[in-house]
Parts: sequence; structure tokens; C-alpha cells
Amino acid sequence: MNKTRDQLLTGLSVIGLFAFLFWAEGNTSEYQIRLLNNTAIFITLAVSYNLINGICGQFSLEPNAFVAIGAYTSALLTMSPAEKQLSFIIEPIIWPLSVISIPFWLSLIIAGCVTGFLAFLMGFPVFRVRGDYLAIVTLGFGEVVRVVANNLQTITNGPLGLKGLVPHTNLWWSFGFMLLTLFFISRLTKSSFGRAMKAIREDEVAAEAMGIRSFRYKMMAFTVSGFFEGIAGGLLAHLITTISPVLFTFFLTFNLLIIIVIGGLGSTTGCVISSAIFVFGSEALRVVEEPFSIGALHIPGIPGMRMVFFAIMLVMAMIFARQGIMGRGEFSWQRFFEWLQRTGGRLRSSR
Amino acid sequence: MAKVFRMVAKDWGPFEEQPMTLFSAEHLTMVFGGLVAVDDFSLELNGGDLIGLIGPNGAGKTTVFNMMTGSLKPTEGKISFREEEITGLKPNAFTRKGIARTFQNIRLFQDLPVIENVMISYHGRLRSSFMGAVLGTSLYRREEKEMRDGAMALLQRVRLSDFANERAASLPYGQQRRLEIVRALATHPRLLLLDEPAAGMNPQETQELMDFILKIKEDFDLTVLLIEHDMRLVMGICQRIKVLDHGATIAEGTPKEIQNNPQVITAYLGEAGENGVA
Repeated sequence: MNKTRDQLLTGLSVIGLFAFLFWAEGNTSEYQIRLLNNTAIFITLAVSYNLINGICGQFSLEPNAFVAIGAYTSALLTMSPAEKQLSFIIEPIIWPLSVISIPFWLSLIIAGCVTGFLAFLMGFPVFRVRGDYLAIVTLGFGEVVRVVANNLQTITNGPLGLKGLVPHTNLWWSFGFMLLTLFFISRLTKSSFGRAMKAIREDEVAAEAMGIRSFRYKMMAFTVSGFFEGIAGGLLAHLITTISPVLFTFFLTFNLLIIIVIGGLGSTTGCVISSAIFVFGSEALRVVEEPFSIGALHIPGIPGMRMVFFAIMLVMAMIFARQGIMGRGEFSWQRFFEWLQRTGGRLRSSR
Repeated sequence: MAKVFRMVAKDWGPFEEQPMTLFSAEHLTMVFGGLVAVDDFSLELNGGDLIGLIGPNGAGKTTVFNMMTGSLKPTEGKISFREEEITGLKPNAFTRKGIARTFQNIRLFQDLPVIENVMISYHGRLRSSFMGAVLGTSLYRREEKEMRDGAMALLQRVRLSDFANERAASLPYGQQRRLEIVRALATHPRLLLLDEPAAGMNPQETQELMDFILKIKEDFDLTVLLIEHDMRLVMGICQRIKVLDHGATIAEGTPKEIQNNPQVITAYLGEAGENGVA
């Protein structure tokens, strides 16, 4: 049966991935491991962001807020009381947070729940509006969270941020949660609930007329998306070990938007592919930020030049390839083999 | 083919005794700013009725329709369905109570496969929880299969099963119309509201549509209300007709009575010498 075969192949790929991670842990440089971690976290983020933007079709711009909430929640929960006392030099941290210190995995789950809950609350005002207004409201929310983080000194330590986090995030955590997110969201997308979300994307009026409670499913997509983005935020915090409000500006959202658009809005597979391209691509593009000379012309390094490249890529994608890499298609083993056969055939015939 | 269809219809279980008045709209009035789009509209539908709602352009037919499906909340008036007041509920609640509709300008889920367009209508009756669906419990897997089989049987009925996996947008116009009606049927309605079902159809297609409407009405034990411009269709199949003009009901009766009603003729053709008077 094809189904058994597909499940077997998926299982083998997961084992293969873990075997690779096992190998990578001992045989690659710290820098490469960091890139792998980044990739996994960005995949988690992009896939969950895609649920609300691509699957449910609600163009929203808030992931930087969710990542920030997740990152701060998880960081505050894992830091040791001593470390907190050292960090909070301007104003001391408020009481319950000052003594709490819990295991990393638990802090991630709590970060996910807190973010999911805030997403749920935020959904009530946000989904009163649609289209452009939705984008504007969510964009505003992102800014609010950043400003709050900047000013709520007794909790977030203001602009100084939180330093000296233990680098708990390793390949196992980041890829583990990535797989969990992929499993959950792709199953959700394929289910009847995912179909209801897609119906809302296609035509909300018609979806309502077919008995779909559009508000409820938008809230559902938003909350699930917030949950996983919160977890990813916690992972990110414990990867870079220092967080401050400047990390969570609109640029983060913008990067994720580029990823999901280039991957193909609405395709989980596309998100995975383009996240990997984005992380490795932005490393490769570091050269454009270094000083270089063409003949007599000497150009000093321009920091931020990479963003120009990505912006141009987004413009190009919008003009020439609005479908992105995958369109709305998803990976399946059947399609994969067909693709292999086609490319194989093409290679043979070109020889 | 018909056999499959009857089987599907039977699967919905025996219909309980229908109350005499299935649907009633009492004194509906809709005001947009200073414009009275519909003024004091009342309508009573009994189980098994097939009623037509006609009127010149801008008469307020679609506004009535939107109030009857929950898309618009009437400024004044009351809507009841099966002796329960439902005024002010959301469109999805109207549908789940048993009022389904189609749209004047077709509104399919264009980018989704034909079969999923129909399956979405089953979602409102899903018993599995969200987590059950994600984890794939045996209840959910059974329900998913029921949805798919049910949708497929309905598609077979309207000869669309060959296109089950095509994008809805890729279907020709006539088939999109049929898909829209089937999608509404899949919500298991007691009352079906059709908004200009024959729009853009040629006489041959209109004839087929008439037969189709009569057939589904019979097979699914439906009550049907339709808005239509095509007089052949309205006069051909409706038991009673209601005529709207400028938001007010100007006539009501059998097709024959309507055809000979001087007020209706005036509304459609204008009064003799009206243009000269100014």
C-alpha cells in the first residue's frame, strides 16, 4: 500500500535527520551548528506564521510580537535568581519572577502557552477587521509589545534586555520542536479544520454561508500560530543568550514575510525550503557587506546591504513568480518520485 | 445514479414531522442611511413550497435574500425558522439551522478541489474536536471518510465526480452553478434559497436547471425560494410568486394571477405615457 510506504519513508527520513544531527554535533564547527539551529527555528516560525497568513488568508504582521513574548517569557523563567539580580541594575525585578527558575523544556511550553493565550485575547479586537485594516492593527500590536518591553523595566529590564542566558538550545531541542510544529500544522492543514480555514481564505462570505464559523477558525489559526511562535521565541532566546527589544522589531516580521512569500503562501513545504534558503543565503550574502574594491574603486563595507538583496528578491518574486517556490502545493512522496522520474528522464535525454 | 442519490438522502435519517410553517419573515424593513431598501416585507413558507421572488432591478430582492440568510440584520422585523426566532444570528448559524443559499455571482472556493468545496459544507456537523482531527482519532478518520464519500455521492448525482480533484475555478460556468447548488445541499438544508440560479444560462441549460431544481426538491424534501429574472423558469416551476418593487410587495399569487396583474405589468414595463408626463 502507498500509505504504508509513505509512512515508512517519512519515518526513515526522520531517523535520517536525527542521524545527521548526531553526526553534525560532533563533526561540525560551532558556527555551522548555529546555522542549523537557526534554520530549525526559522522553519518553526515560518510554518506557524504561514498558518494564519497563507492557510487562513488573514494577512497579519505580528510575529515579532509573538516571538518577543515567547523569548522574554522563557528567558525570565530559566534565568537563575543570581543572574537576574546581576542583570537588573536600574530597577530590581518584581517578586515572583525574581526567585523562579525552572527547567528549559518547561519554560518553552509555558512560553508557548502564554503567547498562545495572548494571541487568543488579541484575536478578539483584531478579527473585528479584515484585509488591510487587519494588517495595520497587527502591525500596531507588534510595536506595542516592543514599546512595552522597552519600558516595563521591572519585568523586561528595559532597553538593557536580558543577558547571560544559559545556551540551552541545541540541535535536539530546535529540531525536535521543528518536527513537532511540522507534524501538528501539516496535520491540521490537511484536516477538516484546515479545509475550513482555506475556505475562509478563498471566500469568507461563502464559507459563512456553508456553516463555517469564520471568527472561531481565524482565532484558532491565530492561537496555534502564536503558540508555536512563542516556543520558537524561547528557543531563539536560548540560542543567542542575550535578548533586548531591538531584536524584535518589524524587521523580524519582514524576514518571515519574505520567507513565506518566496516559499509560496499557503505551502508548508515551501516554508521549509525557503527558510533554509534564507538562513544559508543570508550567510552567503555576508560578502556584500564587506569592503571590496573593483579596480581603483574602493567600496567600504555597508552593513544592512543584505536586506536590500532580500527586499529586491521579494519584489522580483511578486512580479515574476507570485506563486513562490511551491505555490500552494505540498510535498508528498508520490509527487517526489514523479519529480525524480521527470528529472531523471530529462537528464538522460539531454545526454 | 438516482439510486446513489436516494441512498444519500436516506442517510440523513428520517425527517421528523415538519411544522406547517417552516419559515416566516414578519414585517422586515431594511434602511440604508436614508434609503428604504425593503419596506414591510412579510413571507411565510410551508414545508414543500416552491416560491419565486421577482421584481425589476433594484427592487430589493437581494436585500430580502440577505436578511433571510443572516448576511444583513433587518432594521425592523422578525425572522423565525421552525418556530424559533433567529433574527440577528450570524449567517453560519442560519446555515447550521437548515437554511442554505447560493449566490447570484458564483462564489466557489476557487483554488480548492471540487470535492473539498463540497466537503467544507459537512464541517458544520463534525463531531470530532480540533485535537481529535490533528491527532487523527478513529472517530475523526471515520468522519473524514463519511465526508468524502458523501461529497462524492453528491458529485456523482450532478455528473461532476470526474472533476472531483480539479480546481473549482477550472470548471465551465454551467458546472460551477451546479457545484454551488450541490455545495449548498451538502449542508443538509430544509430550506434552500437560490439567488438567480439561471443567470447567464441559455434556454437549454435553463430547462435542465428547472428539472434539476424540481428533482432535488423532491429527493431532499426541500422547501425552495428562488429569486429569478428568467420568467420562463419562475412561471414554469413556482407554485406561488411574490413581486417586489421599490422595496414594497406589490403582488402575490399563482403564476397565472401574476401574469395578468396590472400592477406587475406597470412595474416591469412602466405606465403608459409615464415618460411623457415627467
